Amino acid sequence: MEPLTWTGSLGDILDPILYVLVAVFVSLVVLRIAVSILLPAPTMQTNPDGTLSATSGGPAVWAPRATNWAGLGVLALLLTYLIGGAIVGAPGAGIIGGMSQQLVPVWIALVLLFAASIKFKRRLGLYGKLFDSTIGMIGFGLVMFWVFVGLFAAFDMLLTHPPLEQVSGMKNEDPGTPLRGAEEGQYQWYLLGGDALARDVFSRMLKGSTIVIAIAPLATLFAFMVGITLGLPAGYYGGKLDTFLSFLANLILAFPVILLFYLLVTPEIVATGLPQYMAVVLFVFPLIFCAVLINSRYAGQPGKNWTYLAIVLVPLFLLYMSVINANDSKIDFWPLDFFDIAPGILVVFVSVVFVNSPTVFRIVRGLAMDIKTRDYVAAAQTRGEGPWYIMLWEILPNARGPLIVDFCLRIGYTTILLGTLGFFGLGLPPESPDWGSTINEGRKLLSIYLHPALPPAFALLSLVLGLNLLADGLREESLKD
Amino acid sequence: MGLFILRRVGVMILTALCLTFVVFFMTNLYPNLEKLAKTQGNFRMSDEAVESWLDKRGYMQSTPKKYAEWLGVMPSYRFEAEDGTVTGRCIDPGMDPAEAPNFCGILQGYWGYSTVFKEPVSEIISTRLGLTGVLMFWVMLLMVPSALILGVLAGMREGSATDRTLSTFAITTTATPEYVSGVILIAVFASSAVGLKWFKGTAASAMENPTFENFFLPVLTIALYGMGYIARMTRASMAEVMTAQYIRTARLKGVSFPNIVVKHALRNALIAPFTVIMLQFPWLLNGVVIVETLFNYKGFGWTLVQAAGNNDIELLLAVSVVSVIVVLVTQLISDIGYVYLNPRISVS
Repeated sequence: MEPLTWTGSLGDILDPILYVLVAVFVSLVVLRIAVSILLPAPTMQTNPDGTLSATSGGPAVWAPRATNWAGLGVLALLLTYLIGGAIVGAPGAGIIGGMSQQLVPVWIALVLLFAASIKFKRRLGLYGKLFDSTIGMIGFGLVMFWVFVGLFAAFDMLLTHPPLEQVSGMKNEDPGTPLRGAEEGQYQWYLLGGDALARDVFSRMLKGSTIVIAIAPLATLFAFMVGITLGLPAGYYGGKLDTFLSFLANLILAFPVILLFYLLVTPEIVATGLPQYMAVVLFVFPLIFCAVLINSRYAGQPGKNWTYLAIVLVPLFLLYMSVINANDSKIDFWPLDFFDIAPGILVVFVSVVFVNSPTVFRIVRGLAMDIKTRDYVAAAQTRGEGPWYIMLWEILPNARGPLIVDFCLRIGYTTILLGTLGFFGLGLPPESPDWGSTINEGRKLLSIYLHPALPPAFALLSLVLGLNLLADGLREESLKD
Repeated sequence: MGLFILRRVGVMILTALCLTFVVFFMTNLYPNLEKLAKTQGNFRMSDEAVESWLDKRGYMQSTPKKYAEWLGVMPSYRFEAEDGTVTGRCIDPGMDPAEAPNFCGILQGYWGYSTVFKEPVSEIISTRLGLTGVLMFWVMLLMVPSALILGVLAGMREGSATDRTLSTFAITTTATPEYVSGVILIAVFASSAVGLKWFKGTAASAMENPTFENFFLPVLTIALYGMGYIARMTRASMAEVMTAQYIRTARLKGVSFPNIVVKHALRNALIAPFTVIMLQFPWLLNGVVIVETLFNYKGFGWTLVQAAGNNDIELLLAVSVVSVIVVLVTQLISDIGYVYLNPRISVS
């Protein structure tokens, strides 16, 4: 069988058009920047009917328009590659077509999500407003792409080969190489080539997103719980408590992150059970947070209070006990252990939460110090509300804007941290398909073979970029009102 | 001001003590010591042999006592063998035990002996730190001016095409961690698969003889990640200054746009980026570790990885002391500098 080319027969027609369009687009962008620096902004004049128009023509007016059209053309063409590829499939539409066809469930999910969100965007609050900003939409699209990929890949959909399967003769083979001795029902190619152990790079990259999607948002959420539970009282009360907690936070922040990872994640330290003890401390914060949140609101209505507390805390407590318990480790008592987390995952999770929480603490503390001087806080104090009610139900909701934006940025940073852990071979098992580990493996042969290292690198880049753009869009939209 | 600095220095010393104690505690946990004994002695040592090996070198004392010995506030441990020879941390081989000093810790200037490199820690740290210093110097030289230029160009006309293009570029670089941008840069500029081969994919030869060819990629990789952040801060600060009243007055007075930017806006717009640049140092330290590993440049970051990977206790402690001091001193400088640059803020 012939090896696949990147774009296949579809590319014979589309490739030349793409080259021309990209060249035009790039030169127009350069021209536009030069114009915006060298020429003054076009002056506006008011027409009799109340509309505005530019008085002078010239490059200052047509350059931006032409750039936009060329950009749209490039985008449309790229979309054609994907849609055409999804229909035609691997041999006809090349590697890109093959990948696009594998990802059809993701495309369908994305289109449905975007269609529904844009239809009902006026009723969806801040989330709906996101669809008013182009930057925010691009970011959200990138993030949701990887979320869907991670979800589907968790059930082994999308993958062309099992991520750990080694096929003899496929070691370091180029992208699009047909599978040697492919049997009936097996996928016929290694779409993005094989890695140093003859595994499929494409499937490993997709499977790697599952790990990131599973750990990064949850770890960030935990870090926020810790940061909020400690940061609100520090900012609200101030004084000795604030000095002490800030000192602790600065202590952790002064540590070089990588040294901390080395100290926490090496097998010898894991054997002492230290990460587990840290999990015991860190994972109790969500419980405290929920308990205080409910209790401060319904303290006056004991019946409701106890019902809600029971509904929320009992499952959380069982979950907490199961998570910190593990067979054959330092904390191991039988009756409350329903499942075990893979030890590597728990250690990675704990260290990422530990590194992230001081920064969240500082942000929440700053916001609390700012907001506690507002009139509505004074009003609540005059009403005789308790301090925790004021912190959680008056200050926290009013700090949500910056916190949501920071949450998005921090998921991105957590993704980078997970990659760093993988890059140094810490925590996760060496055969794990997560992006950091695959980049680390791929870089060893980088001067000869590019294809094992680059796909996970671009995957990580696009996810973090998407989160940053999403945060930017959210910031812009939340500042508007 | 003097009192402020004094208090900050006090907090700094307290922080450094706490941090080194944490590192000391973690590296002295028993499984770590066992690993150390086995790598230094013999992989097939029995548990008793490990214990006697550790006992002979004073590792079996309580952690606070060992920490005090490392600091140099308690007389250090001596082991008297059955035949009467005395060995200890302060006693070099061939030295008469009676003449050796009682205290030898970092307060006496004794940093210990690295078990991985078989050299005194102080020598390793000074040479490695020098190499990283060279790297950092070029990173700063590349990163700071280009970030400031990017930020000022983007911020002087908010919302223009220049602003959007440069802001997109800045966001992309902040979203690219060093191990991603480094891999991409090596792939494009140094691999034989693409074939450009403008630069070298390893900086190992740059330790003796840094040239543009072998040193540019590591410098660029670190600079790119920090650059986006500084550029965005500069842009925000510049955009804010450009809407100020006095800029409008200058425009109404008929001052030309380039003059407004250079003479009126720039100085006030650069206050915020100054603090950001100083606070960027701890981040750079992280980047240095990754880049030195990726490009095989045997500087401070590379030493950290080696020390941590082999549980080289004294080297690891020295590394953490140095990095903590770097972090805290840059924080102090940024606070003091901020006060000097911005007369509206006073310390008290």
